[in-house]
Amino acid sequence: MSHYELDARRLLCPMPVIRAQDKVKTLAPGDTLDVVCTDPGALNDIPAWCRINGHEVLDKKQIDDEIIVCIRVGNID
Amino acid sequence: MTTQRKAVALISGGLDSMLAAKTIMDQGIHVEGINFFTGFCVEGHTHAIRKKDKAKPKRNNALWVAETLGIKLHIVDIVDEYKDVVLNPSHGYGANLNPCLDCKCFMVKKARQWVEENNFDFIITGEVIGQRPMSQRKDTMPVVARESGANDRLLRPLCAKNLPATLPELEGWVDRERLHDFSGRSRKPQMAMAKQLGLTDYAQPAGGCCFLTDQNYSHRLADLWTARKTRDYELDDIMLLKVGRHIRPRPNFKMIIGREEGENKFLEGYRKMFASMTTDSCPGPLVLLDGELSQEDLELAAAIAARFSQGREHEQVQIGYHINKVLKQRFNIKPLGIEEVPKEWHI
Repeated sequence: MSHYELDARRLLCPMPVIRAQDKVKTLAPGDTLDVVCTDPGALNDIPAWCRINGHEVLDKKQIDDEIIVCIRVGNID
Repeated sequence: MTTQRKAVALISGGLDSMLAAKTIMDQGIHVEGINFFTGFCVEGHTHAIRKKDKAKPKRNNALWVAETLGIKLHIVDIVDEYKDVVLNPSHGYGANLNPCLDCKCFMVKKARQWVEENNFDFIITGEVIGQRPMSQRKDTMPVVARESGANDRLLRPLCAKNLPATLPELEGWVDRERLHDFSGRSRKPQMAMAKQLGLTDYAQPAGGCCFLTDQNYSHRLADLWTARKTRDYELDDIMLLKVGRHIRPRPNFKMIIGREEGENKFLEGYRKMFASMTTDSCPGPLVLLDGELSQEDLELAAAIAARFSQGREHEQVQIGYHINKVLKQRFNIKPLGIEEVPKEWHI
C-alpha cells in the first residue's frame, strides 16, 4: 500500500475529477491518494465519482482556499 | 446461457441522456456512462469561479445522473482533440461558433472507439429527432451514425421508433416496442417520463451545455483569433474567456478585469502568464493584460483599471503594473469617465 498526492490546484471541475480518475488507474487497490484542489466543486464531485466507481473517501477537508480529498482505491474490475 | 449485452451511454448531465440510459437499463442491458470534457462545457466552471454563486449547491450533473442511475461514469478529457472540431468543422457552425453536428459526430466516434476497446456492444444517446436545429434533425441524425463509424450500433432510445431499426433491435438485444417515439422540441414527454420514474432533481435545460452556443462567448473567441491573427487556442485561453470583463481599447491589447472577489482570485492564478495591474490606493479589480503594450497603452490601461475600481470618482487612483507578479511601474492616474469607455471596447 502506498500513499500518493495529486496536485489539482487551479483546475476547475471536472478537471480535478479527470486527473484523479487518470491517477487512480495507475494505482493498486488499497493505495491512498490525496487530491489537492482549489475548486470547491471538488468537495462534492470527487466523492461522487468515488461512490460511483467503488473507491472510498477517507477524508475531505478545506484549509483556507485548498481542498484535500483523500481516496482509498477500491477493487476495480 | 445468453450473453450479457453492454452499452455505453453518452451522459451530458441533462435529462434526455439520463432517460435514454434508463430506458436501456430497464431492458436488462449493462450500461455505463461516458462524459466528454471539451473545455467549453458550461457545467461547473462559472459557479466555481464567481463568489456570488458560491452559496449555491454545486454538483456535476453528469456524476449526479450516473449516481442516480447507479452506473459507472467515465469522464474523458478531449480538450486537445476537440480543437480540430472547433477550428475546422466540416459541417460548419450553428448560430454562433457552435459546430454541433461535427461535435456530435466526434463524440459518438470517441464512444465507438471506447466501445471497441472495452468490448461493449452498442452506444446510446439521448438525441430526439427534431429537437435541435443542427445535429438532431431527420437528415442529420444518419450523418452522425455514418461519420462516427457507429452505424447501426448507435441507438437513440427516446426516438428509436421514428428511425430505422438498429443492430440491438434487430438482434433482439433490446425490444423495439419498449423504446420511444419522441420527436420535436417539446420536452413534455421527457418531463412526463421523469415524473413517472420519480426523478425530480434533474438539471433543467438552460440554453445548452456548451459555451460555444453563447453569442457573447463566441464573440470573445472570434476576437481572440482576430487579435492573435491565428485561429487557435489553449485551454487557459478558453477558460479565461468565461471570466471577467473583457475590454479591448486598442487592437494590440485586451484587458481582463475581475468583476468580484472570486474572479480576482481566479485571475490571480494567471499572473505569471500575463502582465497584470492592481489597484493599490483603494479596493479594485485585478486586471490581466493580453498583448504588447506601449507606455501610452499602459497609461490608458491604468486609467481604465481605475475606472473599474472603487476609486472611480477620485481625482487619482494608484495602479501598479506587474510582470510575473513583480512591480514594474506605478501610475497615479485619473480614472476614465464612464463615457470614455465606449461600448465598442467591451467584448
